[in-house]
Amino acid sequence: MAAHRRGSVEFLLRLATVLAVVLLALLLGLPLLALIFRVPAGELIGRIGDPEVLQALRLSLITSAGSTVVVVLLGLPTAYLLAARSFPGKRILEAVLDLPMVLPPTVAGLALLLAFGRAGLAGSALRAFGITLPFTTMAVVVAQVFMAVPFFVAPVRAGFAAVDRRYLDAAATLRASESYSFFRVILPLSLPTVLAGTAMAWARSLGEFGATITFAGNLPGRTQTMPLAVYVQMESDIDRAVALSVLLLVMSATLLVGLRYAPVGLFWHKTNAQLQRP
Amino acid sequence: MRILRAGIQRLVFSAVLLVILTGVAAAQKTLTVYAAASLTDAFHDLGKQFEKSHPGTEVLFNFAGSQALVAQLQEGAGADVFASADSIWMQVAVDSGLAADPEPFAHNLLVVIVPKNNPGRVDRLQDLGRRGTKLVLAADAVPAGRYSRMVLRNIGAAPGFPADYVHRVLANVVSNETSVKGVVAKVQLGEADAGVAYRSDVTPPVARVVKTITIPDNLNVLANYPIAVLKQSRQADLAREFVALVVSSEGQLVMQQYNFIPVGAPAPAMSH
Repeated sequence: MAAHRRGSVEFLLRLATVLAVVLLALLLGLPLLALIFRVPAGELIGRIGDPEVLQALRLSLITSAGSTVVVVLLGLPTAYLLAARSFPGKRILEAVLDLPMVLPPTVAGLALLLAFGRAGLAGSALRAFGITLPFTTMAVVVAQVFMAVPFFVAPVRAGFAAVDRRYLDAAATLRASESYSFFRVILPLSLPTVLAGTAMAWARSLGEFGATITFAGNLPGRTQTMPLAVYVQMESDIDRAVALSVLLLVMSATLLVGLRYAPVGLFWHKTNAQLQRP
Repeated sequence: MRILRAGIQRLVFSAVLLVILTGVAAAQKTLTVYAAASLTDAFHDLGKQFEKSHPGTEVLFNFAGSQALVAQLQEGAGADVFASADSIWMQVAVDSGLAADPEPFAHNLLVVIVPKNNPGRVDRLQDLGRRGTKLVLAADAVPAGRYSRMVLRNIGAAPGFPADYVHRVLANVVSNETSVKGVVAKVQLGEADAGVAYRSDVTPPVARVVKTITIPDNLNVLANYPIAVLKQSRQADLAREFVALVVSSEGQLVMQQYNFIPVGAPAPAMSH
């Protein structure tokens, strides 16, 4: 009796699982398909050649590449520090670094304006260096960095922390300095994670909308990145908005798949995976 | 198991906290009104009046640029009433079968606003064309943006303004905002040197931080605000009552309090 009941509970749970997966796949997949099939492929390619689309595409590529470089340069040492050391205020730093992940982007944009706008907290300090951020392409990069940082730091930190202590101990017995073991042991071993984090940060930068339109404004060629162009075009030329969206979708997907499953061995000789599973 | 229970407790606690913070009250009926961003304050006031005279009814607003509202309605957003900041977008709504029998209920005028400390030293309309002035307009598709460009063309054609005035002013635009409230915010925060907005946008809290440069009546544009019940409304009677309140003398008084020009009022002589 009990066995029978357990069997039917098991069956129901499996059914519920399948149902949940199907529902989620529909919820996420259907909109993407709708986007792709809204405009015929030939027309889509024609519209991608629109000067406005190309302008937004160029701006998006330049700013997101720039912000990804900044995120990696600032994020690598931060992730290492968080993984390797404990220090006063670490919890606060962690919280601050995680916050952009849960913060509504428009709130982030407003906060950026209040901090780095010319009338903001750091506005006069920036002006002393001749920098006025709002309404500039640089402001787009700043907004993207702000929103993308946690997508890099969190996984990379975890990757660094997961490096087997024994390799570090071995390096230490050979009198390797900390920087030597970072560049020759830790970084190579966690390269796949670093690349995945880079891809996430890049994709997040590419898709940034709310913080950008609030902090940097919306001007074609200067601050109107692809997501902003999608939003603006949606209100006047929906087919062009769809073309832009499909382009954005393809780019983000390529980034995600490309960098996540890149044959890391091509860039580096020994990866974490190879070392840990000889 | 204990960790799981603690986690669930925390989650429930957060959810309860959120609900309490947002003060969700159960209302029997909900009237959804899509209204141009410039109507934000006036309609909030009218909404409260409507809720008072219709106990158990809650009025929900969606304020955005009229063009964005029409786009949302066209893609199937559910609403009962649509109030547009120009006749063009109302006509689009009528033509696509979303609304019928629009009624005019208010007019508005445009003004130039600058931050109180006036970082761009914009004191008169001529200064908008000075190189390097950071000007924020609403985007072309937004009614306020279309009106702003009409006004700039009027000014450019007026005696005493350089022939390339419009060109120079438009070259100074640093952002095309998606609603007029975006323009106001950028000026209010002191980030833009100047913006073009409606007279009604200079509400008392805004007036504390911005200065207004009036545009002469003969160069200004009279903005038209039409309102209509949406065909999809499942409570058309209630929706009609809201529209009736807006066009009633009581409603017109509210519009006037918020610096709109009531319909039927003697309009200043100007281009349309």
